[in-house]
Amino acid sequence: MIIRAIAFWALAGLTALSTIFVVTTRNVVHAALALAATLLGAAGLFILFGAEFIGLAQILIYVGAVVILFLFGIMLTSTSPGRPVVDNDQRWLALLVSAGVFVVLATGILAAYGSRPLRLTVAFSTNALGNAVFTKWILPFEAVSVLLLAALVGAIVLARKD
Amino acid sequence: MVSGGIRQIAYLIPILPISAFFLIVFFGKKTPGKGAPIGILFTGTAFLIGLGCFADAISRGGIVEKSVTWINFPTFHLELGIRVDGLASMMFVVVCLVSLLVQIYSLGYMHGDVRYTWYYAMLNLFTGSMLVLVIANNLVQMLVGWELVGVCSYLLIGHWFEEKENSDAAIKAFLTTRTGDLGFDVGIFVLIVGAGTANIGVLQSRVAAGSVSTLVITAGAILLFAGAVGKSAQFPLHVWLPDAMAGPTPVSALIHAATMVTAGVYMVARIYGLFSASHAALAVISVIASITMLMAAVLACVQRDIKRVLAYSTVSQLGYMMAALSVGAGVAGVFHLWTHAFFKALLFLGSGSVIHAVHSNDMHEMGGLRKYMPITYGTFIIGSLALAGVPPFAGFWSKDEIVASAYTSGHKLVFVAALITAFLTAFYMARACTLTFFGDYRRRATAGDDHAHLPHESPRSMTTPLLILAVLSVVAGFVGIPGHNVFEKWVPVGHPHEGGFVAWIAAMSILIAISGIALGWRMYRGAAFGFGVVDPLERLGPLYRAALRRFYIDDLYLAAIVRPVQYGLSNFVYKVLDQKVVDGAVNGAALATVELGKAIRTTDERGVDGVVNGFAWLTNKLSFGLRRVQTGNVQRYAVGLFVGVVIVAAVLIGGLR
Amino acid sequence: MPIAAPLLLSALMFAAGVYGVLVRRHGVMLLISVELMINAANLNLITFSQLLRDPVGNILVLFIIAVTAAEVGIGIAIVMMLYRQRSTVAVDDLQLMKW
Repeated sequence: MIIRAIAFWALAGLTALSTIFVVTTRNVVHAALALAATLLGAAGLFILFGAEFIGLAQILIYVGAVVILFLFGIMLTSTSPGRPVVDNDQRWLALLVSAGVFVVLATGILAAYGSRPLRLTVAFSTNALGNAVFTKWILPFEAVSVLLLAALVGAIVLARKD
Repeated sequence: MVSGGIRQIAYLIPILPISAFFLIVFFGKKTPGKGAPIGILFTGTAFLIGLGCFADAISRGGIVEKSVTWINFPTFHLELGIRVDGLASMMFVVVCLVSLLVQIYSLGYMHGDVRYTWYYAMLNLFTGSMLVLVIANNLVQMLVGWELVGVCSYLLIGHWFEEKENSDAAIKAFLTTRTGDLGFDVGIFVLIVGAGTANIGVLQSRVAAGSVSTLVITAGAILLFAGAVGKSAQFPLHVWLPDAMAGPTPVSALIHAATMVTAGVYMVARIYGLFSASHAALAVISVIASITMLMAAVLACVQRDIKRVLAYSTVSQLGYMMAALSVGAGVAGVFHLWTHAFFKALLFLGSGSVIHAVHSNDMHEMGGLRKYMPITYGTFIIGSLALAGVPPFAGFWSKDEIVASAYTSGHKLVFVAALITAFLTAFYMARACTLTFFGDYRRRATAGDDHAHLPHESPRSMTTPLLILAVLSVVAGFVGIPGHNVFEKWVPVGHPHEGGFVAWIAAMSILIAISGIALGWRMYRGAAFGFGVVDPLERLGPLYRAALRRFYIDDLYLAAIVRPVQYGLSNFVYKVLDQKVVDGAVNGAALATVELGKAIRTTDERGVDGVVNGFAWLTNKLSFGLRRVQTGNVQRYAVGLFVGVVIVAAVLIGGLR
Repeated sequence: MPIAAPLLLSALMFAAGVYGVLVRRHGVMLLISVELMINAANLNLITFSQLLRDPVGNILVLFIIAVTAAEVGIGIAIVMMLYRQRSTVAVDDLQLMKW
């Protein structure tokens, strides 16, 4: 148990710090990399919480492909010299709003769960997940497949040079 | 009081001519004959009914009175009614017959006139109005007729109003009679207040019973007589009648000989019970009548215009009638009215015939017409003899009765005046006849007129009435021959009165008449008036000149009354009262309205439009302000979005707790 | 650990994502911030899946990941198109819909 606690807090701390870093750094590439760190931390938390398949899928897809995609995007749209592209001028307003969001959510969370402990009891096997997906959740699965196809085609069409 | 018989429907007699008036006005122009047949038909029918009434009055006597109450005042009631006694019936006959003959005569005389239809309409309106006056059973209704005949007289005198002279004469007639009518109106008020009634019968019975004070009787009588002075052209309000000759001659025959001018005499005779009760009133009447008859006779002697001679003659004869009434010989006065109506109408129509042939009123341009116009000549002579009072013609009987009554009742002034007037009457009629019908024709000298066509007799439509009236001028007097005086019974006026025939007076009257004729004949026989030859009467010097100027009475009136009113009062009323006060008020009201309009416009522009524009301005400003929300900056929108999310979440979560 | 801990962490991630969406001018940064928010949701789902011992949470997260991947692909394509058209990547330079 204690290892889990330590693991949790370590991963949580990593994730939190990375998150903050993502939205505050001036360098976009650094932000992308920090995102990768955040995602890794999240993946670790997933594995800790028994969602092994999801955690690995997260690493594969998110960290492995999405972040790369971001980096490609950044690379291909690196701006000419001019005004550096960082924050706009509604920082305080945004801070206020996001603080508000956090407060509301936190209030709800704490009011609902207080300090009840979380017992990590279950681990979801890939077998079970696979069964569920291909039986009960077959329709969304197929829909997502089509969606991926559409996205693929769409991205190619949109990004064509002509 | 009797009832039943044809007199019950006597109200039809005035209604018929008045209906004719309306019919002619609305339909006259479209009918063949242009309205004249309608008038003749209706008047003729009224005449027949009038004859029937007269016959009934003769046979049964008495009075038929019927009335309806019009307005009920607390102290007296105003009525509309008829009072048909012998006197009224006689007047029906006179008015309708003369009107009928005049309308037939006008077929020829007014042929081709510019306002032919309107002329006939007016004649009928006049006839109806006169009959309203005659038939009335109370003074107020009589006043209605009285005023109406005044208006009709004005309209008819001014028939050819294109000439200023004619319209002036009409105005003069109207205003002068109006002056007398003032007295008439006040007199009616006095009697209503003092005697409590306007009904003729009731009034006379109250006077007879002694329940009306002497003051009221005298004042009422004199004031009513003032109206008669105006209407019957007595001195001093006689001045309009000579000038009224500006109207068409048939009009003169009807209105200014036989009917309207006799209204005054008729009124006095009608309410004789009132007049005979006041010695003061009778004295006043006799003085005025005497002055009138003398003065008018003198003036008639110096006229060149044939119609003027007849006009003054009428004034004089009306004086005779009034004088008779004033000496208590009411029947005699009315009898003279009856005969005079016929022969005076005859004389006027005859003069119209002459004028029509010669195209001139001036006797100096006539002469020898007996050769060319025998019928006119013959009837005119008959009329003249009747007027002069030569037996057996009608005028003798009536005139003689008046003269005799004046003598027997002891009125010396009236007696003498009547005798002198009789002489003058014979004289001026002889003068007129001689100048007109005897001698050589002094044709009118107009440049380039060497083949002036000779005068010829008038058409049958004109000569037939002349003949009829000539016959009447002969026989109408026979109903009053002393000893066989049926007229007295037919037309009782006041108390029955004997003593209308004194032999020596009658002889003297005939003598006076013949000598007057002889003098006139001698003086004017063979008169060759041309340029430079003067009227023999000029030898009278100043008297002649004064007579030519109508004894300066007209000049006096003009200077003392007309000019001050015209330039003084009228100017004042016009310049000050009307222009400054009335127009000031009207213009002031207009200005006020304009200002009000301006104020309203300002209110509308500033206020109303201001509000409306204000809304627009407000909306404009608001939209300018509000559109700045749309920055185009997506992240700004996102801020709004998340704020909303926070709020909703807070509400939900808060609600859940 | 308390249940609130991972939940609060996800709330933090979400709030940070909101901040990023509102503040960052770079188009790709917007997408990254959106990713953060989605991940916060994923974490939430996994936590609850564990709490309630129901695999549904996992399955949903699986689908979410797939969909997100597609969305990022399209998003990058759009940013690149934008960059080609306007030679800029800053989103607040795109104010054609301004009043």
